[in-house]
Amino acid sequence: MGKIKIEGLTKHYVNRRHKRRDPGDENGYGKIINVFKDIDLEFEDGEMVCILGPSGCGKSTMLRIIAGFDSATSGTVVIDGETVVGPSPDHVFVFQQNGLLPWMTVWQNVELGLRNIKNEALRNETIQEYIDMVELSGFEHYFPSQLSGGMQRRAELGRALAVNPDILYMDEPFTGLDYLTHLKIREEVINMHTFLGKTMVMVTHFIDDALIMADRIIVFNESPAKVILHKKLEYSRPRNIEKDPGLSDLRDEVFMMLGVSYVA
Amino acid sequence: MKHLPVYPLISFFIIIAIWAIVAKYSGFSANVLPGPIIVMESFKELILDGTLLKHSVASLYRVTMGFWLGVFLGIPLGIIIGRIKLLKKLLNPVIQFIRPISPLAWIPLAMLWFGIGDKPAIFLIFLSSFFPIVVASFIAVESINPIYFQVAANFNLTRKELVSKIIVPAIVPDLVTALRLTIAISWLVVVAAEMIAVQSGLGYLILDSRNALRMDYVMVGMIVIGIIGLMIDVTMYYISQSESIVAAKVK
Repeated sequence: MGKIKIEGLTKHYVNRRHKRRDPGDENGYGKIINVFKDIDLEFEDGEMVCILGPSGCGKSTMLRIIAGFDSATSGTVVIDGETVVGPSPDHVFVFQQNGLLPWMTVWQNVELGLRNIKNEALRNETIQEYIDMVELSGFEHYFPSQLSGGMQRRAELGRALAVNPDILYMDEPFTGLDYLTHLKIREEVINMHTFLGKTMVMVTHFIDDALIMADRIIVFNESPAKVILHKKLEYSRPRNIEKDPGLSDLRDEVFMMLGVSYVA
Repeated sequence: MKHLPVYPLISFFIIIAIWAIVAKYSGFSANVLPGPIIVMESFKELILDGTLLKHSVASLYRVTMGFWLGVFLGIPLGIIIGRIKLLKKLLNPVIQFIRPISPLAWIPLAMLWFGIGDKPAIFLIFLSSFFPIVVASFIAVESINPIYFQVAANFNLTRKELVSKIIVPAIVPDLVTALRLTIAISWLVVVAAEMIAVQSGLGYLILDSRNALRMDYVMVGMIVIGIIGLMIDVTMYYISQSESIVAAKVK
């Protein structure tokens, strides 16, 4: 239901301001900026995949391409046997910030995916169910600007889950949250994943988050991005990096790969 | 007492006091520069004989008709232009060319095409509101955060839903501001238009009063224009402060 296969994915931009021709480049428009080239990846159904990398390495771009918002220069993304040509409610994207429609209340935002349910009672029941699931009961009629960052994130998750998607994409979902809220929402996402068993693909630059959350971790280096680590993590949850030597060593390794030699 | 607008009352009182002093000591006769007391008397007179009501209604009618015409044609066009780049490339130069031509410059043509009376005035108001509203609309549409369009695509919104659930609510805060400014312009234009092309309305009242050498009536007209203009602005302000509009302002 949520099996993703990425083959030969390549993305480049043309910087038209920089007109110098690169050797071997066929267009005279400008300098080609390679974001990533020939990426091959495969995710299994129900996995929590974390894509880790430094800022600007292209991981968000890749996630958007996988989700169908952007198109790749070449290569394919195949989900459950079908090539991705655009976004769909079966694969919902949770944005870094501002994903909630600010002129709609929490209720109306969650209703967005459920608006086509004709039976009003059923629709209202479902909306309430998901609002309760993300612990926003009582805040149904609040506008996003009246909610804290953590609550906004929960509301967006509620909206995403309400359509029961096969895949959930999350682009740095903990951006802008204070430390404690970050940890709490992280825990909630892990529980959600355990409980619902959906495929989740999350882009992050928080190494610890990736190690604690992921079934599969993929690390990119800087642009043009290449996969420098691709590992399945079979540690049981809840995970504790300090107490598990395997995880702890992996953490050191990843920090080293990303160029941070002194690990706090 | 708490709900009285204290500060505005104070400043109006000061203005009236200054006016009274200037009128008394300026050396101009009461016919040329009437003081507040005379003007208040004339004000009462014109209310009682129905003149003020008649002319105010005429002006308000024209502004309302012309402005709403501008809104109902301008906003959809602005939205379409904002979404279709090619249309913008085609139409924007023409719009930016016609827009700065003062509506008053259209008076001769308006009178030839529409005669005298309500129609040419409404046409002028329409012109004065249509172009700014089109521009404000497409600028507002262009500044919508692209994420909202991605959300719309993600949830398979139809084109109609895209307009009603995303585009229109997103541009309302900016539009309300633009409408507030535009209606103020319309109110200015109607008064000017009535001085030239029409036989009723507050602008006409002022012109007619001047011809009759009744400066006190002129000032009554001016005061009423100011009061109505203020009321229109206050109304627009309260609309802009309604809860859903304020909530939507966060981008």
